[in-house]
Amino acid sequence: MTTPAYATDALIADDIDAYLDQHQNKSMLRFITCGSVDDGKSTLIGRLLYDSKMIFEDQLAALESDSKRVGTQGQEIDFALLVDGLAAEREQGITIDVAYRFFTTEKRKFIVADCPGHEQYTRNMVTGASTADLAVILIDARKGVLVQTRRHSFLCHQLGITNIVLAVNKMDLIDYDQTAFDSIVADYAAFAAEIGIADFTAIPISGLAGDNITQGSGNTAWYGGPSLIDHLESVEVRSTANLEKPFRMPVQWVNRPNLDFRGFAGQIATGSVKQGDTVRVLPSGKTSTVKSIVTFAGELDEAQSGQSVTLCFDDEVDCSRGDVIAVADAPPEVSDQFEATIVWLDDEPMMPGRAYAMKLASQTVSATVQPPKYEINVNDPTGAGSHLAAKTLELNAIGVAEIMTDKPVVFEPYRENRSLGGFILIDKLTNRTVGAGMLHFSLRRAQNVHWQAVDITRDDHAALKNQKPRVLWFTGLSGSGKSTIANEVEKKLAMMNRHTFLLDGDNVRHGLNKDLGFTESDRIENIRRIGEVAKLMTDAGLIVLTAFISPFRADRQLVRDMMGDGEFIEIHVDTPLEVAEARDVKGLYKKARAGELKNFTGIDSPYEEPEEPEIRVNTVEMTPEEAASYIIEQVLPLK
Amino acid sequence: MTPGLTHLQRLEAESIHIMREVVAEAEKPGMLYSIGKDSAVMLHLAKKAFFPSSPPFPLLHVDTTWKFREMYDLRAKSADDAGMELLVHQNPEALKAGINPFDHGPAHTDMWKTQGLKQALDKFGFDAAFGGARRDEEKSRAKERIFSFRSASHGWDPKNQRPELWNLYNTRKNKGESIRVFPLSNWTELDIWQYIMAENIEIVPLYFAAPRPTYEYEGGLFMADDIERLEQVLGHRPRITERSVRFRTLGCFPLTGAVESTASTLSEVVQEMLLTTTSERQGRVIDKDAGDASMEQKKREGYF
Repeated sequence: MTTPAYATDALIADDIDAYLDQHQNKSMLRFITCGSVDDGKSTLIGRLLYDSKMIFEDQLAALESDSKRVGTQGQEIDFALLVDGLAAEREQGITIDVAYRFFTTEKRKFIVADCPGHEQYTRNMVTGASTADLAVILIDARKGVLVQTRRHSFLCHQLGITNIVLAVNKMDLIDYDQTAFDSIVADYAAFAAEIGIADFTAIPISGLAGDNITQGSGNTAWYGGPSLIDHLESVEVRSTANLEKPFRMPVQWVNRPNLDFRGFAGQIATGSVKQGDTVRVLPSGKTSTVKSIVTFAGELDEAQSGQSVTLCFDDEVDCSRGDVIAVADAPPEVSDQFEATIVWLDDEPMMPGRAYAMKLASQTVSATVQPPKYEINVNDPTGAGSHLAAKTLELNAIGVAEIMTDKPVVFEPYRENRSLGGFILIDKLTNRTVGAGMLHFSLRRAQNVHWQAVDITRDDHAALKNQKPRVLWFTGLSGSGKSTIANEVEKKLAMMNRHTFLLDGDNVRHGLNKDLGFTESDRIENIRRIGEVAKLMTDAGLIVLTAFISPFRADRQLVRDMMGDGEFIEIHVDTPLEVAEARDVKGLYKKARAGELKNFTGIDSPYEEPEEPEIRVNTVEMTPEEAASYIIEQVLPLK
Repeated sequence: MTPGLTHLQRLEAESIHIMREVVAEAEKPGMLYSIGKDSAVMLHLAKKAFFPSSPPFPLLHVDTTWKFREMYDLRAKSADDAGMELLVHQNPEALKAGINPFDHGPAHTDMWKTQGLKQALDKFGFDAAFGGARRDEEKSRAKERIFSFRSASHGWDPKNQRPELWNLYNTRKNKGESIRVFPLSNWTELDIWQYIMAENIEIVPLYFAAPRPTYEYEGGLFMADDIERLEQVLGHRPRITERSVRFRTLGCFPLTGAVESTASTLSEVVQEMLLTTTSERQGRVIDKDAGDASMEQKKREGYF
């Protein structure tokens, strides 16, 4: 075992103040390590911690005894044991999540994201890569460039990591053979060029033996480059590059301690800002002047990317959480339709057409994703089969798709600005983070299609009809009586001189939606279109009645989100499955039970009951006539 | 202006960003305040994040009645200085049963701290609670997210954590669930000390060496912070010796090992820390209860 290269700095003992001065102004580098299961990642990180003196004596003693007990290195220290954290994986012997490790040298503080190499854990790697300035791609010198190597490199590149280190590990096991090393580097260079990695640094190392980790090794006299630590200490970090870009700061929080102070708090994403600068608030586009840059330590003349500050303006321009403050003459774009690369992170596959919450910087909007244009074959991202046809994205899949948002989003392409181009998708019901993505560009149609401002407004339409437009959304099992009751309600409304329209399977499925079948995604699209039509009709001032099974909560929520406050009235036509099946007016249950009808709600496809419908009618206790009267009572007054 | 930020500036900006996200998105945030050096740094960062406003949430101290007296002194002063409300919770059952570290062993931590914390979070209804834990402290902490979700019963499921990408934090939760937020996740012990020096942050004087009354108990060295109480619980008066000692971490005085030291200034403390060869939590008895996996187990049960 080699002696730790960073064994206690003599300066600590001799002149602690000088030492601290030196360390006060260190920079920071965040990097990830990726490699296959047996490439020796954990061993390498353990080695870095050990060599930089980040292991204390008691930990070392525990490590030594653990190494002998469960280690894989005989009587030698098993560095991997230092790094493999959680109880379960200590037993399994594999790293299964992202772990963050810290070490420091004289020049830099390092944060390492230890990313698993196991096939199905793309999710964790993408997480680790999202905050990294640099990636160390490990290769087992005996095995060369593997499928996993390609996948990891591709994902790092997708996440915008431009600093790549190819660490060819286990050189000790191939007798430090230069020819083998050169051939691996040549293989990798060919692949890297194909996926657009412009540059990388290749280093022959041994995590176990310590060659070229902290200092050059006599075993690789033929290698003239830096040791791994030398390289990590000297490589340029991303924050410096961000400084040269135009100023952008997403507003996180409006600071209003009293009537005399109104400040906009946020972390500067790119560029810098000075007192007196003219800035533009997006998406409104209004301009103002920076009066002061406020911090706890006093006002600043200037602040730069990475800093968390509070800006005050000269005037009372509207600005709130989600807005972006930018340099006035080069503002970012605003759009509601994008093309993006999406990485799916959840066990439940992506549902095209479903409304997810999308968080981008401090903006949260509702977003729907179109069926992917294609899924990327991450194992072979450059080959002929690199684009796979896909209707959805499953866990760990990565694909390119169009996204539409319900409100304009201030953004920049991810390649130019991680903060305004990276986003996450959240399932509105489970609240899980289900996807992550990178915006490429705004689709032209969003830029060119502006809402036509009309002179006759929806309020005018409604006033002419002497009613408040609404959607009465009937949901329930097949045979529950939705159409019958909706029809009764419409008759009663007509008697009351109300202007109505009933949308049901007969007039929608045969026309507008005749291209749709009964798969889950088709059913979602069916409901989305009905929602859009209903919305247009409410704009025209109508009271719209819809009678569709609409089995999924998320889809009804999507329609609810389209409508104005109080305009969407969910009516659960509550009929037990046995009762609906016993009625079986159209003979559909019988067919479904016989297996002749697939995806039939209640039989082989779920019905998600409304949790808090505005109205619930029980068709076992009420006749359709009684149910209709009850509904009318509930929705009064009508204007 | 120097291009690029130093490591401390980057850490500070990240912590401030995290705190502002919580305040913008949570309904009722609160800050767990343990009076230690990490809490002191976290509180200082909160003052910076919301200046000129006071941090818009209260401080919560889950008390065991066994903390050092100097900690109680600083507790009141810090809350006052920050213009924040201080909430103190003592588990009434533990109080009634007279739970103490000598007679009740692991039950002391469980009743006062784990159960006390859960009671306090329920009582004050926090949906997001800041904690000062760092990833470099312990192996299972290294894998915990910055925004760590807890079930309605406050349990942590390490296998079911939300992926955390970029600086985007998903703060959505179902009714009853809550979030523990760790704004110091990426700080190390050295970063904390450097920051305390750079920002001149007030910490409990126990971190600095001074002559103090000490006694030995089961192989460890402890400070007799309240000798009458010790005598009452132990049934005898331990043999007190005055030694120059200090503490690397602060908790309950009978559970927090003292180290013999003469380091009486910040730089001497940092010097000693850098030259020392035992890790920070070693002075604490709590981690050793169940061997290797003990902290992970405690977190699953709801400990911070």
